[in-house]
Amino acid sequence: MEGAAKGGKDFKPKILAFSTNNISDPGIDLAGSSHMHYPPSVVVISVPCSSGIRPGWVLYALEKGFDGVFIAADGTDCAYLNDCVERTSSISGAAQELIKEKGYEPQRLKMGAICSVCSEPFTSQMKEFSEVLKKLGPARKGN
Amino acid sequence: MSDRRIGVYICHCGGNISDYVDVEAVREAAGKEAGVVVAKTAMFTCSDATQQEIMEDIRENSLDGLVVASCSPKLHLYTFRDVAKRAGLNPYRYTQVNVREQCSWAHTDDKEGATGKAVRLVRAGIARTLLTDSLEPVIIDTVPRALVVGAGIAGLRAAVGLSDIGISVYLVEKEKSVGGRVAGLGSMYPHGRDGNKLISQLVSEIGKRENIVAYTGAEVVEKSGSVGNFNVRVRVGAYKPQFVDLNVGSIIVATGFDTFQPGAGEYGYGTGRVVTLDEFRDLLDSSGGRPVYNGKEIKSVAYIYCVGSRRDSGVEKAKVYCSRYCCNAAVHASLLAMEKNPRIHQYHLYRDMRTYGRYELLYDQALEAGSTFLRFGEEDPPAISGGPGGRLRVSVKDLLTFGEEVEMEVDLVVLVTPMVPRQNGALVDVLKLPLGKDGFFNEIHPKLRPVETVVDGAFICGACQGPKNSSESVASALAAVTQAASLLKKGYVELEPLMAVVDRDICRWCGECGKACPYGAISKEEYQGAEIAVVSEAICKGCGGCGPACPKNAIDLKGYTDAQVKAMIDALVAEWGHTSLI
Repeated sequence: MEGAAKGGKDFKPKILAFSTNNISDPGIDLAGSSHMHYPPSVVVISVPCSSGIRPGWVLYALEKGFDGVFIAADGTDCAYLNDCVERTSSISGAAQELIKEKGYEPQRLKMGAICSVCSEPFTSQMKEFSEVLKKLGPARKGN
Repeated sequence: MSDRRIGVYICHCGGNISDYVDVEAVREAAGKEAGVVVAKTAMFTCSDATQQEIMEDIRENSLDGLVVASCSPKLHLYTFRDVAKRAGLNPYRYTQVNVREQCSWAHTDDKEGATGKAVRLVRAGIARTLLTDSLEPVIIDTVPRALVVGAGIAGLRAAVGLSDIGISVYLVEKEKSVGGRVAGLGSMYPHGRDGNKLISQLVSEIGKRENIVAYTGAEVVEKSGSVGNFNVRVRVGAYKPQFVDLNVGSIIVATGFDTFQPGAGEYGYGTGRVVTLDEFRDLLDSSGGRPVYNGKEIKSVAYIYCVGSRRDSGVEKAKVYCSRYCCNAAVHASLLAMEKNPRIHQYHLYRDMRTYGRYELLYDQALEAGSTFLRFGEEDPPAISGGPGGRLRVSVKDLLTFGEEVEMEVDLVVLVTPMVPRQNGALVDVLKLPLGKDGFFNEIHPKLRPVETVVDGAFICGACQGPKNSSESVASALAAVTQAASLLKKGYVELEPLMAVVDRDICRWCGECGKACPYGAISKEEYQGAEIAVVSEAICKGCGGCGPACPKNAIDLKGYTDAQVKAMIDALVAEWGHTSLI
């Protein structure tokens, strides 16, 4: 990465969104189908259930160069786990502790429930999160 | 360098992708990735011609991995898995990269940004594919018998349907007799046939079939095993109960609904002269001549709709959903009342009239027969007070006359209440079926898999899934029959190998993964003198919830392994912006 882009006016925060195949993916797909825009610096990795996201992956993403990680939580729609909300929240909490420990701002991890028709919530979350990360600047340890 | 041989195909989607993404640049970038031996673009990758071309490439180049960057996997994951399979490549070595819904269409305003993102997504797909293994579906033999829980109209019809296909049925009913709610009903819309006669007809059909065994006063108390081969224990009888063990291949749940009971004093409920629609139906069905309440002829009725439903969740016991059957049922009840007493005055106080589909004719009939319809707003519910001669005075702000205050004196107020989920927590615990936000059983997909549940082999139908009238219940019961039968008639099931796998060398049993698994798929076993975790392939649902619980990172979800996710993260973050790639 070129240093010039870092923190400058052109800084486009790189966001990794963890999504789930059956709940948030259709919502994110719907945003695209409706040609709703969000920054292309947002990329998605899909997993079956948000309760399977490991705190270590969040840290790994920041260490490798992402500026923020978004967890699209299944919420109460999860078809696998009745307590998915609590599980995903606790994973989120553990991940936040972990990144804080390693010197990253806890705000670099954001969680939000995204349902299968949540196109607008997804795009607005991405825009807002992007603004927050712009203020924080590129992720680096020891901030 | 990788010794893998991967083919990558980038779809134009006839412009849906290529208008907003420079697909040639993506192909060029993909071709430079380690392990990629074929990289092509195609106008429509899903076309027959391109499918053929991919299959030829797989064979000629001995490809051991396939990536197609096109639309959402929701559309074509199985299409291309099948292409791989037909060409002799293990279908689980295929990765679909979504560069349409999650790229070109979301960034129609930024071709450079979209192209850079597509490059990264495709690279992540390649990185994942480099780490794929050949997986085989799990094959389980199925038992050609089914359990139907609940013998209301849905359960009875399901039992007959299964029996006719040649599947033996155990029918388990909690009450002392079969028939459920419909057995207690007189004339039903739209044909005016009595509910109890419909049930008698079904019961006589069941009597004719030797391959249906019914247990009444019975409850399912234990379930083990998995799709195709469940062992179920049923408790029959309350005093000196007997236990019956059944072995079945699938389970259909048709446990029906409860009716909402208004709180004491709600619209005067419980103080006399205020009844629910159910109670009013009983009264109508049992009156030979003009309907009478407490010894007095009912000359006028006010129906209040949406009592207990379509309310903000802040209200106690509130149900936010529309119970959908009740507008029809109340309008139909008013027609019955009119039949029994043509001089009756009836007022319908509703919020929105939802006599959908052909039932709109009921509403027309009620209007023509002289029913008066008044509409109130959610914030201005009707008020009820005592009137002269022991009658009730109902006042309402009628939106149809621009908010005019209307008062009427009636002999009876009927509260039109919704269907609510049954409180059958014990059954939920035994079957492990997920409930939706509304408390009814939840299907996997409302449109594409409407009677299947996340528990493979367990199906739901009728009003246990949400409010339905009896024809809708029967339709869903027969849908469940076809799903159960398609599972059982084949004789075996192929399960997606999406499941957790334990690294036997790293794992030392601590039990955390077992605690994290709500399906009981993880147990302890001996391995080379140590205790380690083992995952039952037939029970594991592949949610991955056990992964974060493991303190040693010794448990992985196939297809979503720690190594695969990290490789994707590496690929997604590398060289931001495609201009710097070349």
